[in-house]
Amino acid sequence: MNQFWVFVRKEMWHILRDKQTLFVLLGMPVAQILIFGFALSNEVKNSKIAVLDLSKDQITQQLIERIDASKYFDLEENLTSPKDIERIFKKGKVKLVLVFENNFDKNLQHTHEAIIQLIADGTDPNVGTTLISYASSIINDYQKELFGNQLILYSIKPEVRMIYNEQLKASYNFVPGVMAMVLLLVCALMTSIAIVKEKELGTMEVLLVSPLNPFFVVISKSIPYLIISILNIVSILLLSYYVLKVPIKGNLILLMGVSILFIITSLSFGLFVSSTTRTQTAAMFGTLIGLFMPTLMFSGFMFPIDNMPWPMQLLSNLIPSKWFFIIVKSVMIKGLGILAIWREVLILLGFTVLMLFISIRKFNKRLDIA
Amino acid sequence: MNNEYIIEVDSLTKKFGSFTAVDKISFTVKRGEIFGFLGANGAGKTTAIKMLSGLLQASSGSARVIDFNINKESEKIKANIGYMSQRFSLYDDLTVLENMKFYGGIYGLSNSKIQMKTDEIVKVLHIQDYKDKLVKSLPLGWKQKLAFSISILHEPPLVFLDEPTGGVDPVTRREFWELIVAAAHQGTTLFVTTHYMDEAEYCDTVSIMVDGRIEAMGSPKYLKEQFNSPDIHTLFVSLARQSKRTEI
Amino acid sequence: MFSIECNGITKSYTAKKQSVLALNDISLQVHQSEIFGLIGPDGSGKTSIIRILTSLILPDAGNAKVVNCDVVKDYEKLRTLIGYMPGRFSLYQDLTVEENLQFFASIFNTSIKENYYLIKNIYQQIEPFKKRKAGELSGGMKQKLALSCALIHNPVVLFLDEPTTGVDAVSRIEFWEMLKELKGKGITIFVSTPYMDEASLCDRIALIQSGSIMSIDEPQNVIQQYKGELWSIIAQNRYQLMMDLKSWERVHSAFSFGENIHVSFKLSEISTDQIQQYLTEKGHDRIQIVKIIPSIEDCFMQLMIRK
Repeated sequence: MNQFWVFVRKEMWHILRDKQTLFVLLGMPVAQILIFGFALSNEVKNSKIAVLDLSKDQITQQLIERIDASKYFDLEENLTSPKDIERIFKKGKVKLVLVFENNFDKNLQHTHEAIIQLIADGTDPNVGTTLISYASSIINDYQKELFGNQLILYSIKPEVRMIYNEQLKASYNFVPGVMAMVLLLVCALMTSIAIVKEKELGTMEVLLVSPLNPFFVVISKSIPYLIISILNIVSILLLSYYVLKVPIKGNLILLMGVSILFIITSLSFGLFVSSTTRTQTAAMFGTLIGLFMPTLMFSGFMFPIDNMPWPMQLLSNLIPSKWFFIIVKSVMIKGLGILAIWREVLILLGFTVLMLFISIRKFNKRLDIA
Repeated sequence: MNNEYIIEVDSLTKKFGSFTAVDKISFTVKRGEIFGFLGANGAGKTTAIKMLSGLLQASSGSARVIDFNINKESEKIKANIGYMSQRFSLYDDLTVLENMKFYGGIYGLSNSKIQMKTDEIVKVLHIQDYKDKLVKSLPLGWKQKLAFSISILHEPPLVFLDEPTGGVDPVTRREFWELIVAAAHQGTTLFVTTHYMDEAEYCDTVSIMVDGRIEAMGSPKYLKEQFNSPDIHTLFVSLARQSKRTEI
Repeated sequence: MFSIECNGITKSYTAKKQSVLALNDISLQVHQSEIFGLIGPDGSGKTSIIRILTSLILPDAGNAKVVNCDVVKDYEKLRTLIGYMPGRFSLYQDLTVEENLQFFASIFNTSIKENYYLIKNIYQQIEPFKKRKAGELSGGMKQKLALSCALIHNPVVLFLDEPTTGVDAVSRIEFWEMLKELKGKGITIFVSTPYMDEASLCDRIALIQSGSIMSIDEPQNVIQQYKGELWSIIAQNRYQLMMDLKSWERVHSAFSFGENIHVSFKLSEISTDQIQQYLTEKGHDRIQIVKIIPSIEDCFMQLMIRK
């Protein structure tokens, strides 16, 4: 056992001396969280809107004020005729126009139904959908204040409405996604590179010609990355909680537990890559193309899986990050417990055991040269 | 232009911080000779060659290589010399002919000239059957001979050879040196470093560097007489042992 | 009993569906505490033999025992008994001299203190730099550190794969002095080298070329087995001399050794006068002709050509 810790200590030396890489490993999650949380967010703020108020009664005035006052919208222009709508869209500044029908207040009182048209600029469908949802939810809030929940105020149904993300906060999606990406990068990529590096350096030869159990070499290489990954989870959670204001609704211990499971899954994939490659470049491309790209594409973090053709959907089941993504969303954002995620946890466990098994079988007690 | 010397070095010095790697060396190399540049690891040999081939700026002193000042015209030097080392030579995954065409192209030779040169090399090295094979399928010795032939493809007046025969079998090593002697016979100047001391005896002039300075220089025969040594190997070892430089 | 014994070892590698024979029927024995030199150029199979004997790769056929351990079956025991220094620089560049040594000591379950007596003379030379990173050492010092690391667990047999390649003449001499000292401590040393002149420093040598052993004996005996006589010839115009000798039908081989040319003749019954006469006719002057004792390199080349 002493040999094992000697080896782990040596790995720590390697990592601590390469300050540049260490900085990237610890800084990467911080940078990604901040970039995804702020810069790349598809949240919309201070969007210019225009209003065509054909009724001009008390209700419409209040609603317009309410919308203008929100941080999402700025009232740019009051239109006077429907002909103006096309003109103002062509200018390109205004992304959303609200049209209140004639006798809005009266209709509401008498027929219990009034119509607001929400016309959005569809050139960027994402922005358009988001604006409509924001506006809808403001209108909805106002309606609740007015009547409680008895009446239906508007006839345009919001196209997207997320139950657990009323304000459509993008960071809710990004945090689990970044977690999957960072853990995969640190664990799978760095472990496989570290092992293959010994092969390239020629030190693997010396280690093999020693009484050291070769599998120690491999396991002890993963320990420091396990520690770095746990640090990364902590920094991601702290940042998302305090800076991005994403709540952690579920059990924190459960969240850490499933994250560590995913770390081990990633490590086992790293071991698998390292047992099949001989150069650092090959190991890097192996992990990037075999694991990282699929994580971006198929984990549901960038592109919704439901919109994919069925062969792709089938393929996505083979990506461990997809399951981790589901687990984190369930625990962290929906606040669900282990009962809701046991299937996904079992799937991850299955992946891990399978990969470890293959890696151990493939791991060579001798030198693998072509 | 019609100077007798192709390389003239005057008090060339290179300092790295407080460490003087090359300490005011001065020497000349005649046109068409084989010049053996010897020195122990860390004596400053590599640093000196880097300065002469225009890869490293000198701290002080000057040198003229071919007709160019190493401090001001390093680009011209690079275009006019040939260079071959054991480490950097040919592309393994290109064929023999493709390598020749590539290097010919780099040095701006015309297609007809490249054609002529490749025919010549194929004939001299007897590699008719191998010219369309990948370089990696050639035995090491052949690769080295081919790499040398390619390094003089553009007929440079001066070629730097950095440990060109490391690990090659003794017969091929002889054949390699025959190529070098033949090139010298045709007027090319060859500047060679090697760890095989017996190879120093092929050179017209040998210089031995110790601690950044040239401690001995002359024809092998002259050096053996002057230092009363049976061979260059013995001389080299006795000089190098005087080194006071603590190894870095 | 031999320290190393191998019989009929054959190994081939497959690359792109083509099988390349790397070792062809290799058999050799090494006595206890002798220095055995495996001498041959790059690609001759030296590294493959060492890797088979250190249990790093498996032979296709044949068997080998090192200190009575079968290299295939008893590899775990074998690995505790041998020291190995690969051809490539195999230390951790980012760890210091001391950390490297400590690390290799502990993976063999020992400490620097326990076997310090063994490496003392070697390690003392680099000890002043023990806080320096291994990557910042010069070639000669890296080699000393690598040797210390290979010795730290007091191995019975030491395998060294081209330890002197790329190292200058002085460091090479020092290195061989260290090996001699280790031999005195009872360690068997199996060393490979491409430098023919190092042959005389070994107790016994094997000359290897293209995966086959051409000769295996004490250096003196290898030289005695040289067929025919060898002449060393010098003349004013070396280039022309070589041309004329090579085109002479009586010449069997002519190789330059510095300013000399070593020549062997097809019919060994040739006199100095006959050679002198031929060369004078060709217009050479300042001719010197001496009959010489061949070197290992001459022997190697003769064996190569005969194959």
